[in-house]
Amino acid sequence: MSDERSIRQLAGDLAAKKLSAVELTDHFLKRIAAHDERLNTLISHSESTARERAAAIDAGTDAGTPLAGVPIAHKDIFCTRGVRTSCGSRMLDNFVAPYDATVVERLAAAGTVSLGKTNMDEFAMGSSNETSFYGAVRNPWHTDYVPGGSSGGSAAAVAAGLVPAATGSDTGGSIRQPAAFCGVTGIKPTYGRVSRYGMIAFASSLDQGGCFARSAEDCAAVLQAMAGFDERDSTSVERAVPDYSAALDAQGDDFLKGMKVGLPKEYFAEGLDDASRQVINAAIAEFEARGAEIVEITLPHTDLAVSTYYVLAPAEASSNLARFDGVRYGYRCDNPVDLEDLYTRSRGEGFGREVQRRIMVGAYVLSAGYYDAYYLKAQKTRRLIARDFSDAFDKVDLIAAPVTQAPAFKLGEKLDDPVSMYLNDVYTLPASLAGLPGMSVPAGFVDGLPVGLQLLAPWFEESRLLGAAHAYQQSTDWHSKRPAGFE
Amino acid sequence: MSLSEEQVRNVARLARLGLDDDQIAEYAGELSNILDVVASLEQADTTDVEPMAHPLDLAARLRADEAVAVQSREDFQAIAPAVAEGVYLVPKVIE
Repeated sequence: MSDERSIRQLAGDLAAKKLSAVELTDHFLKRIAAHDERLNTLISHSESTARERAAAIDAGTDAGTPLAGVPIAHKDIFCTRGVRTSCGSRMLDNFVAPYDATVVERLAAAGTVSLGKTNMDEFAMGSSNETSFYGAVRNPWHTDYVPGGSSGGSAAAVAAGLVPAATGSDTGGSIRQPAAFCGVTGIKPTYGRVSRYGMIAFASSLDQGGCFARSAEDCAAVLQAMAGFDERDSTSVERAVPDYSAALDAQGDDFLKGMKVGLPKEYFAEGLDDASRQVINAAIAEFEARGAEIVEITLPHTDLAVSTYYVLAPAEASSNLARFDGVRYGYRCDNPVDLEDLYTRSRGEGFGREVQRRIMVGAYVLSAGYYDAYYLKAQKTRRLIARDFSDAFDKVDLIAAPVTQAPAFKLGEKLDDPVSMYLNDVYTLPASLAGLPGMSVPAGFVDGLPVGLQLLAPWFEESRLLGAAHAYQQSTDWHSKRPAGFE
Repeated sequence: MSLSEEQVRNVARLARLGLDDDQIAEYAGELSNILDVVASLEQADTTDVEPMAHPLDLAARLRADEAVAVQSREDFQAIAPAVAEGVYLVPKVIE
């Protein structure tokens, strides 16, 4: 049986010595041993260091920290000193970072015990977790289906009860989409809220770290430990972090009363699967029943999001991934004959197809003669998309929408068709381009596969997101459903 | 928008990606499809719209110009594919 206690309960029971950190760590390590061969959620395992750390916590090392003894797993995009950080790529298969990412450091300082590193699409490029060098992750709700991506390992591990919480990163939907596909709660904070230091860069103006857990309450506890200014990240924002859990408690069940919730009509137009629409409508009815005022809004430039994103993100990626040169760390080809050969073969052999595709799209849109038509143009349409949201938030407090057009698809179904994979991100890309905080909250099922409700709030209003999701989770139990075979 | 194999070869060279002819042919088709999707940007009216380089429109923060402790070269070189006597080794560059 998976441990059903919330993170707050676990932390309380650990602090009160009703539960030992070793016991709890062993519980989850056993579940990983029993189930992960089938799901492939972890790339690297840290059993022995996790047990040592748990024993030290039991001996009192982390007394007084908010999450002392709570197990966690980190997406393999976050650098961990002494544990391989592969980013899902052959390029970094041998890479052991000489330092910890700020997120890793802060969660360790908060008392968490890391059980391992979770599987992901290579360099976070993908929406199905099938581009990983370490093989696809399977969705615990139906193992013929994808878990979503790119943080698919983190989402599936939490869904299967292999760990109570896991970190993730979201560039175009890589937290919200896998959270929706796996039926867990996920939050992508405002750009700049969580430090990117030590989080391997994909598209630096979009990348943002966040987390997965079973409930909004659990996400609040984990995000609290991650968020906040970091002088080592020049895009980190100097702004106080509110007490998220206190915000949840303060208004509790009444959180949604009087809140104006906007439904962007573009997210409910053609393309949204009918059964998913019914699930989302039922969730919105619940918001209304709890006192929210529902209004229709428009985000008129939504249809530009896919093309804007697939110019800007590859452009930034082609620049960021130029650092992988086979010289200082990572994969190096055998017997290079000259420097050019060293670069081209190391990169030709070390990167997978999707990463190469995006690097080439990026190099193309940035190349002489095309810069204005693609890159500069996309930066302008990005502003139009962001303005849509600032206009909308003049009228509403919160936006509610589907996360995806349909539930999880089958493994292999879209792998050979990158464009159809890209179009799948249409509801998550706009908020990423605008840098807004967003969540995915379990809202029901279609044919046994989870459906997520997307919530978006104004910049830096993570408390509002978490509060709304928490209020919804007080009267619904979608977030506490467990996939068969993983109870 | 269709990319020729020659254009793909050129982009691969710019990006220092060593690809064989089969790969070049496959990527030519795939990249053309992607650029077809992206082409819808042309239709957008962006007259008088300032490009947005950063989602929060914030000015870059400056830090104090103070020396800080850095990790040792040994830490970084321990993970390098080839080093000797404190330097990174690459194939001969100058004959």
